[in-house]
Amino acid sequence: MDVLTRALKDGASPDPQSLLAAIPYCRHLGIRAELRESGLVLVMPFADHLVGNVFLPALHGGVIGSLLETAAVAQVIWELRGPRLPRPVDITIDYLRSGRAVTSYARARIAKQGRRVVNVHAEVWQDDEAKPVAALRGHMLLPAAD
Amino acid sequence: MLGLTPFMASIGAEILEMGAGAARARLPYGPKLVGDPDSGVVHGGAVTALLDQMGGAAVMAALDHPVPIVTLDLRIDYMKPATAGVDIMAEARCLKVTHEIAFVRGSAYQTDAADPVAICTATFMLMRGAQALRAPAKG
Repeated sequence: MDVLTRALKDGASPDPQSLLAAIPYCRHLGIRAELRESGLVLVMPFADHLVGNVFLPALHGGVIGSLLETAAVAQVIWELRGPRLPRPVDITIDYLRSGRAVTSYARARIAKQGRRVVNVHAEVWQDDEAKPVAALRGHMLLPAAD
Repeated sequence: MLGLTPFMASIGAEILEMGAGAARARLPYGPKLVGDPDSGVVHGGAVTALLDQMGGAAVMAALDHPVPIVTLDLRIDYMKPATAGVDIMAEARCLKVTHEIAFVRGSAYQTDAADPVAICTATFMLMRGAQALRAPAKG
């Protein structure tokens, strides 16, 4: 991806917002990135097409999973400045609360970085970061540099 | 529960079969699903969404009387990269329903069901005390 190639050339971390804007599926979900003092936070405003249960209404579990997985991948790219997208090997998602029809946020952290495999944890929350809506643990394979 | 949720409709998923504790769907390849613009490969999150939906559908197809369900957890193993430009099929089977919990296995594949791109294990909670599920609009 141009975003990653340019960043690698500059020796800088890739701009997370440019990265997400280059990914069509993230644009479909409306996910954008914010760099805060506390680190990288992904923001997903509510939209009608993200709903999984129209009666509550609640976000689709797969949308929440997608936000978690995107946060995990974005964190690995941003921290490790990889030349290519890391590839998810496995993920486990715990659904803790219903995802309401409001803006959702996600943050990830690298729990363990190996030479080829990274263990990542991520959480999604809405109004209160202390009350997560869902949590992810997963492994990502780092592609070998060309 | 034959109707598609708004999100499934937005990514173009189609439920093909649902019955006897199992469900099968197709996710036609499309530009908005792409997670890697270099390769055109579908974002893992779209596969996650499809497997979550099929898991829930399999549980509904295993119940005599529909009750609202929620996903407790979902584990996905990505067995191999998906091929760009090719539809993704997903199927799930409900292995066991207790009073409160349903256990599901599922997989996603492209051309060969025996060579999946992802497999999943999911657990759902049955909200038996909750208000009866109203029939969603058919999508």
